[in-house]
Amino acid sequence: MYSFEPSEEQLMIVDAARKFASKELREHARNADEKGDLAAEIVHSGWDLGLLPASIPEEYGGFGERSAVTGVLAAEELAWGDLSGALAVSSANLVALPLLLSGSEEQKKEILPQFCSDSYVAGSAAVIEPRYDFDAANLKTTARADGDSYVINGMKCDVPCAAESEWMIVYAALDGKTEGFLVRKGTAGVQVKERDQNMGLKACPLYSVELRDCRVPRSQRLGGDKGTNFDVIASSSRVALAAMAVGVARAAYEYALDYAKKRQAFGEAIGRRQSIAFMLAEMFIDIEAARLMTWEAAWLLDEKRDAHREAYLAKTFADDMSLMVTDRAVQALGGHGYIREYPVEMWLRNARGFAALEGIAIV
Amino acid sequence: MISFDRPKEIDDRLAFVRQTAKTQMRPTARHFDEHEHEVPWDFINLMWDTAMRTGQSFRSGQPRPEEGPSLVSMTLVHVIETLSWGDAGIYLCGPGAGLGGAAIEATGTKEQKQRFLARYREGKPKWASMAMTEPHCGSDTAAIRTTAVRDGDHWVLNGEKIFVTSGHKSLIDSDGLSVVWATVDPSAGRAGMKPFVVEAGTPGLKVTKLEHKMGIRASDTASLVLDNCRIPLDNLLGSADVVDKTKGFKGAMATFDATRPAVAASALGIARASLELLKDILTQEGVTIRYGTPRNLLSSIERDVVEMEAQLRAAWLLTLRAAWLMDERRSNTIESSSCKVKAGDVVTRITQKAVELMGPLGYSRKLLLEKWMRDAKINDLFEGTGQINRLIVARRILGYSSQELK
Repeated sequence: MYSFEPSEEQLMIVDAARKFASKELREHARNADEKGDLAAEIVHSGWDLGLLPASIPEEYGGFGERSAVTGVLAAEELAWGDLSGALAVSSANLVALPLLLSGSEEQKKEILPQFCSDSYVAGSAAVIEPRYDFDAANLKTTARADGDSYVINGMKCDVPCAAESEWMIVYAALDGKTEGFLVRKGTAGVQVKERDQNMGLKACPLYSVELRDCRVPRSQRLGGDKGTNFDVIASSSRVALAAMAVGVARAAYEYALDYAKKRQAFGEAIGRRQSIAFMLAEMFIDIEAARLMTWEAAWLLDEKRDAHREAYLAKTFADDMSLMVTDRAVQALGGHGYIREYPVEMWLRNARGFAALEGIAIV
Repeated sequence: MISFDRPKEIDDRLAFVRQTAKTQMRPTARHFDEHEHEVPWDFINLMWDTAMRTGQSFRSGQPRPEEGPSLVSMTLVHVIETLSWGDAGIYLCGPGAGLGGAAIEATGTKEQKQRFLARYREGKPKWASMAMTEPHCGSDTAAIRTTAVRDGDHWVLNGEKIFVTSGHKSLIDSDGLSVVWATVDPSAGRAGMKPFVVEAGTPGLKVTKLEHKMGIRASDTASLVLDNCRIPLDNLLGSADVVDKTKGFKGAMATFDATRPAVAASALGIARASLELLKDILTQEGVTIRYGTPRNLLSSIERDVVEMEAQLRAAWLLTLRAAWLMDERRSNTIESSSCKVKAGDVVTRITQKAVELMGPLGYSRKLLLEKWMRDAKINDLFEGTGQINRLIVARRILGYSSQELK
């Protein structure tokens, strides 16, 4: 039966995430962007929302069950506060959720309890490669079997929280198929290099990572000898990023809407002109549509149905929508939109990341 | 709890509708496009007979229960989308209470609903139309000049209406009716606007013209002249008082809250037909769409198809939500206009893009792509143009009245 209403429990989670996003993330977003760094205490306090442990079953140390729908609801709120902060707060998902979705029983038992701690844990996933034709389904980073190990070689970039994570999942092509490998901090052959400098997401700790003859035990292939179900991981990541795109867009839309009601020109608020009002209406409509597409794809994932196409379409739509909405928000503010005193230019720079980046968040 | 699970009863209903769309509508689509004003009686009789047997109209669904949630609108948008996939022009010929019925549902009393709508559950095929637009005013509905003057136990209507969908079918081809909007007080503006039921055969009512259109040619678009047309006093839907300043107009708007998701659904049926045929041809030609591949690595055709699919899904989900709110008996004005804006845009773009991507085949009347492009455009025009619906959304989100945002 169709329903477009989150459950009571989900609404409580949304409410908590919104409060944190508004009081902590949003407050510090501009400063973090200028400094190129997030305040550690804010990221750490985001852990108190308990989002990840609530997604992990009791047998692995958590106290709940993973729901992609709940995940996208929370992700939208966090990204509404600040995208860099949202990515850092939920970086542990990058290890824990692929484990939950595709890990072997031993892997889950060994590693998941580490992600149910009371205090902040970082996690990381090395997916993206520094090349124009990067495609997660056709990676240039390779893994080859060698005795009881796999040997990984390649170059990665935009790896979230790489420096501070105890565990990282490195994705590499094994016989042409994308597989995940659980790599522990300090493993020989893994070099976390400089921070990546992007147009946006300046506060988010994204790193380049080089893998040179990095050897991991056979038991640390995600999913063990059965291998990795990369498709479900990719789809779960796409819905997360789509939800975050909705969050960033909503922030910009709300700001522009408020501005349009206050800013006077030609003797009245600019919102009373159709040129501005119609722009805002279209922004509103596409934000709503992107959210519904994200919910639908997330719901398919929760139903354990094939979500490949829906998740891809949701992200595709949300990528475009977030760029359109943030661009128009800048436009609605006129010259002020371009000035760093206002947040909208930052949201435009951040939103452009969605179409370029994959696999840096997951729900 | 968020869910996108389609209820089984809608699935069951769609089975027959799909079959009809495929075997009755699609094969005759070109014929009725090229023989404008010819009436698709086989389709009409089939839909009517089935509706009589099952008690569910294909144009207006089953009657909404007195209270509580239902699946009326949700079922309807699915049925309309599927029928319009078959053919949007023929779908609009479907018998039943349709748009006029929606106005009666939105503004009539319980007694009026029974009196005027019972005929759609028995006898021969019948239609109900709605007459709003006049030669001098379309979007500016409050500017209508058709008058209703009380004369004893009657209202006397005078004026001219245009663009009445199924006007001919409702008043000439059947014992149906038309809901005619007229003003009881031309100085009162919106407040004076009231809906009146004019039944087929009423003296003083004439169908004067059938329009020749770009698309949806199977559907009749009529002009009406009301020349001292006398109707019983209680054919005024709701109340005659010009007390509440906006009540009459609100009735019109409430009608649109219900009908805009239906129009959006029809638009999206055409869009899906177009996209499916395009994809079938591409598949035959060995073009595959690589869902999941980064967009900067896709071919131009792949990018277009992916965008068309995403846009179609976006508009469809907006439509489902507007229908769901209606069924939940919650306010859906903003969602209803939102889905109409989106669907109007999307069907226009998708059908035009499909014609473009197929090159000379797209332009040829051998395929239906060019017809769908012509059919599509009406959805951005009727039941509120894209601009009017943007205005409604904009006023709501900004919190402006119609005076503050014109």
